[in-house]
Amino acid sequence: MTATDLSLHASSEGPASDRGAPSQRPRHRVRLDSVSHWFFVAPAVLYLGLFFGYPIVKNVIMGFQDYSTSTFFTGVAPWVGFANYVQVVSSSIFATALTNTALFTVGSIVGQFALGLLLALFFKRRFPLSGVLRALMLLPWLLPLIASSAVWKWMLDQGSGIVNQTLVFLHVVPTSVPWLVSPDYALVSVIIVNIWLGIPFNVTILYGGLQGIPEELYEAAALDGATKWKAFRHITWPSLRPVVSVVLVLGVVYTLKVLDIILGLTGGGPANSTETLATDSYHQSFVLFSFGDGAALSNILIVISLVFTVVYLRLNRRALDE
Amino acid sequence: MKPKRMVAVLAAASLVSLGLAACSTAGTSAPAGTTALTVEDYFVPPADPVIDKIYASCAVTTNAKLTLEHVPGAGLIAKVLQQASSKTLPDVLMLDNPDVQQIAASGALTPITNYGLSGAGVAEGTVAASTYQGKLYGLQPIANSIALFYNKDMLSAAGITPPTTWAELTADAKKLTTPTTYGFAFSGINTYEGTWQFMPFMWSNGGSEKDLNSPQNVQALAFLTNLVNDGSTSKSVVSWAQSDVDNQFIAGKAAMMVNGPWQIPSLQAAKGLNWAYVPIPTRTASQTSQSPLGGEDYTVPNTGDKTKEAAAGKFVACVTSAKNETANAAANEELPSNNAAAAAFAKANPSLAGFLTIIQHGRARTALLGADWPAAATKIYTAEQLGLTGKATPAAAWAQADSQ
Repeated sequence: MTATDLSLHASSEGPASDRGAPSQRPRHRVRLDSVSHWFFVAPAVLYLGLFFGYPIVKNVIMGFQDYSTSTFFTGVAPWVGFANYVQVVSSSIFATALTNTALFTVGSIVGQFALGLLLALFFKRRFPLSGVLRALMLLPWLLPLIASSAVWKWMLDQGSGIVNQTLVFLHVVPTSVPWLVSPDYALVSVIIVNIWLGIPFNVTILYGGLQGIPEELYEAAALDGATKWKAFRHITWPSLRPVVSVVLVLGVVYTLKVLDIILGLTGGGPANSTETLATDSYHQSFVLFSFGDGAALSNILIVISLVFTVVYLRLNRRALDE
Repeated sequence: MKPKRMVAVLAAASLVSLGLAACSTAGTSAPAGTTALTVEDYFVPPADPVIDKIYASCAVTTNAKLTLEHVPGAGLIAKVLQQASSKTLPDVLMLDNPDVQQIAASGALTPITNYGLSGAGVAEGTVAASTYQGKLYGLQPIANSIALFYNKDMLSAAGITPPTTWAELTADAKKLTTPTTYGFAFSGINTYEGTWQFMPFMWSNGGSEKDLNSPQNVQALAFLTNLVNDGSTSKSVVSWAQSDVDNQFIAGKAAMMVNGPWQIPSLQAAKGLNWAYVPIPTRTASQTSQSPLGGEDYTVPNTGDKTKEAAAGKFVACVTSAKNETANAAANEELPSNNAAAAAFAKANPSLAGFLTIIQHGRARTALLGADWPAAATKIYTAEQLGLTGKATPAAAWAQADSQ
């Protein structure tokens, strides 16, 4: 929206101040100008309004309505105020879903970012086949999510999954691990799969950021005796900060709303141990067809996303100002 | 990644609506005298040849020109809701029987009695599933349920006969368990399938979905939890759908399983597998085994076009005629809903005869709660999962699930 706001400002005020000077342009030309400005802005406004504005406004309104299956036929969705919010927040599943969402997001981001950064640094050094390997890294990104979660489900099967068979064969674990069927392991398993899925995104962006750091900095630092860890600490990390903030903010926003991997692996189970706000919202809307409750949950999720983004951007700006 | 996905979904959705528009224009160009009817079901193409034949013959009987719309299972209700809001409901709509009351409650269906149809002589449970606030909204041609399937060779090797009570099932499952085989398997997954398989244990014991915290329900959950805890049943049941359970049974990894007649073709195809089935055991010998009833209803949506609604009513009458029900049941390994047809069918099909009593004692999942069933069904599988995974004691599991 900010881009549109700016251009709106430009179209209404910009030309007027130009014309403060004694120009001899006819008056109707002025109107034409501002009208033509609007024509340029219209497609973007229309697009944003239709595909971003409308769904969000509709979702917010739906959160205050008793929007059920009959609404579709009758078109009637009684206004219920905050009843949906009270209902979903007071449900015993809400605390579980909130905790799981937090653990899932933090776990995934920490894992993805740490491994992604290590791999990006590793690939920064050119070596035979590094190009091929880097291309292979993108694989998780290229597979349809439904397919990869189905394959992971097989691999993590307690009895016949390859993960357990390997671990038992190598005597890493005495008996097979109930990856997806024990409430104690399921969330960890889902996080591991999500880390695997998120690594390509992190590697790609961080690798791009590393490419942007001038080689001279390292050469100059090497002359002063700063190599390896010191070079990373004083050159790589500070130069990478803007990229890191992008990766983290996008990562958190993407991870908060992850749905398909969890649905594919566990469906939120066993015993709600992998139920997050996103899966709960999906369940309310598309399994129970209680769209009001589902909208309330997803609005809560949107607010969490927004709060996080704003806080993070604030912190980041302050850090840059210093 | 995700935004792209959304675009794809939107694109698909617009394609679907384009397709619909194309269908409806094609439908109106029927020759004079015949009525154009759209029939919507969730049979995945290539459609069942027998069902197609039934549809074709019923089109002739009702003098209708049919447009068939197959919507894959999971998407049917979403599609129906979309059609309800855009006033493009089909003329004949097939619905999974637990969904009928919810859709009827929305006002999207017309009572089937408007067209001279009734539930007389039809399996009681299927009528209960199709009745909302005293009015009958659909008829189901065929019905299915679940039973205890067992591996005959494994049972005779262990020198036991199929169990009829919980105590026998527990003892037998223990005896049948070896390092490679579990004695007993069922689906305890966190979907409606898990709930569906839990109902026999709950209902036969006198439990009810109206009072989840009852001692009977606690007893039923304790029984299944105990089977998992003593190692006679795999801990993985919490992630098994019914097809997974069937695969375990076919692979010889389970000696007994809870499953339905729709698995019979896969069991028959398994070489060297000797199987049979009995009603699901009850806690005491004096209790009656009660299983949930499945199957699909044919309904007439409220489209506002009286001529088409009347023709659709005739079409439903034809699909649920004794002759067509019998043909349908034979093709799909289920039983006709019509009691007389079912009795005759059971005589002619010994492999399905055992389901005759099971279906006669069968209950509709939505009979007590109607449109509120989905919420209760979610609580039931949640409680089951809490219990089976040991996250909560059976009593605490019900209390916790009920508060969600």
